[in-house]
Amino acid sequence: MSVVLSAQGLRKSYGALTVTDNLSLDLHQDELLAVIGPNGAGKTTLINQLSGQLRPDAGRVVLAGRDISDQSMAQRVHLGMARTFQITSILPGFSVLENVALAVQARSGSSFRFFRAAAGQRRLNDAAMAHLAEVDLDADAQRRAADLSHGKQRQLELAIALATDPHILLLDEPLAGTGGAEAARLVALMQRLKARHSILLIEHDMRAVFALANRIAVMVYGQIIATGTPDEIRANPRVRAAYLGQESV
Amino acid sequence: MRLMGRDLVALLLFAGFAAVPLLANLLQDPFLLVIATRMLAFAIAAMGLDLVLGYGALVSFGHAAYLGIGAYAVTILMRLGVYDIGLHLLAGIAAAVVFAVGTGAVSLRTRGVYFIMITLAFSQMAYFFFVSFSALGGDDGASLPQRSTLFGHDLLENDLWLFWLALGLLIGLFLVCRAIVGSRFGRVLCGARENPQRMQAIGFVPFGYQLTAYVISGAITSIAGVLLANQAEFVSPALMNWHRSGELIVMVVLGGIGTLSGAIAGAVLALLLEETLAGFTQYWKLWFGLFLVGIVLFAPGGVQGLVARIKLQIGSRR
Ligand SMILES: Nc1ncnc2c1ncn2[C@@H]1O[C@H](COP(=O)(O)OP(=O)(O)O)[C@@H](O)[C@H]1O
Ligand SMILES: [Mg+2]
Repeated sequence: MSVVLSAQGLRKSYGALTVTDNLSLDLHQDELLAVIGPNGAGKTTLINQLSGQLRPDAGRVVLAGRDISDQSMAQRVHLGMARTFQITSILPGFSVLENVALAVQARSGSSFRFFRAAAGQRRLNDAAMAHLAEVDLDADAQRRAADLSHGKQRQLELAIALATDPHILLLDEPLAGTGGAEAARLVALMQRLKARHSILLIEHDMRAVFALANRIAVMVYGQIIATGTPDEIRANPRVRAAYLGQESV
Repeated sequence: MRLMGRDLVALLLFAGFAAVPLLANLLQDPFLLVIATRMLAFAIAAMGLDLVLGYGALVSFGHAAYLGIGAYAVTILMRLGVYDIGLHLLAGIAAAVVFAVGTGAVSLRTRGVYFIMITLAFSQMAYFFFVSFSALGGDDGASLPQRSTLFGHDLLENDLWLFWLALGLLIGLFLVCRAIVGSRFGRVLCGARENPQRMQAIGFVPFGYQLTAYVISGAITSIAGVLLANQAEFVSPALMNWHRSGELIVMVVLGGIGTLSGAIAGAVLALLLEETLAGFTQYWKLWFGLFLVGIVLFAPGGVQGLVARIKLQIGSRR
């Protein structure tokens, strides 16, 4: 399988604390790779470096064979990478539709257009509605994003990410704080998405992880201590000791 | 085109302004036209400021500099023998654009309080530049030999024509600003106000959009400076004093930020209060300050907020 995104020898420290410790990891075409690990292991910091929000102290980020270490987060979006955040990041004062339409706008034509009303642009709205339908949020299109439930805001953030037309998705704990039905809907959505996207998923919900992942990487103290199929990870004694503990999965 | 409550407020304000000449005639009070023209000029300036303050969440504490730039464009061109208002406006706008590009590019590298302070610092630099420019009257300022001409005619010597010109400019600029905030560009600007991190994560770099908005905003405010110079036939650095920048912010807040027509209402209200309170007491600024505190505490959202709440009340009673 071809590698679409890889971290090569990434290092990041905050003072004496090494948060990413010579980390290398490959994301393959159209797979869902789950990264699991205890709180503070450095998972979010890894996504921040992959997405360009944070510069590593050393190492490279390579996208389809091309070194993109010097590219900003905005530039990487145009190369087909999109992300969601552990703490929901949407435009709270915008309507649900406007949130997604603006992401469509980012990929279609110039935004230095000053006179025509954006609200009436079919090209933006139709594409946005399609993405909202994809995450089952089309009925809420006209609501203010801030007024949505937490779970629906997570769905919205996914729709925003999808609207940038990415082939790589970096998802940071999309299920965090969502309830049963909402979580189930998000899991079903990710199940659909992984057919057409390469996904790096950080998630604490082990049931979801083992249901969705093609491969799982286990991260502890800034290092990947094991990578493998869900069955391999389940059977790995080091993983059981370091992370899964007595939990039966 | 979708009409909103804010457009209604703007329409009412424009209609109110249009009635002023009639009123001035009835009451035999030409001073009304003078006040109304000043209101129109400050409404333009406040609306220009609202573009960055309300839609970009960029609190510029230096917008008086653009009033001064517009006004001094008139003074300087007249010294050079150029009297046409079209050229005065063009020169004012061009100078404002240059100043805004330079200072904006630096200021926008900072955020929050630092942005406020650095815009203030730049406008004070402009202020002291003109204070020390003795050929233009220095600290005292200087009178204009006449008002600007319109197509070679001295129409604007008549307060009524100057008033109509100011009203025409305000309405035209309102329509321009209204289009801008609803455009693709306006959406990006507002998005960067809402959540810059999310904007980067969908591929936008806010800086260029914010700088462009800052430049447009400065240019609009400089137009108000050209009008004020003509209205007073006098230009001094006092126009670009930091008090003025503060007053412009007050106008926007008073009317309701991020609504455009609110800035117009705020300018009207602020000048009305100034005129009436100043007639009662020399301590009017104290009362004005108390009034402002009252607005912030009891009517957040300013005039627009009140209108919206009244509409809600009426709606719920039906
Ligand atoms: N900006 C920062 N400054 C200092 N320490 C940080 C910073 N960001 C993260 N850390 C620390 O790095 C470690 C890893 O954080 P994070 O990547 O958020 O972990 P995870 O997502 O796996 O829970 C934590 O100990 C956290 O406190
Ligand atoms: Mg995290």
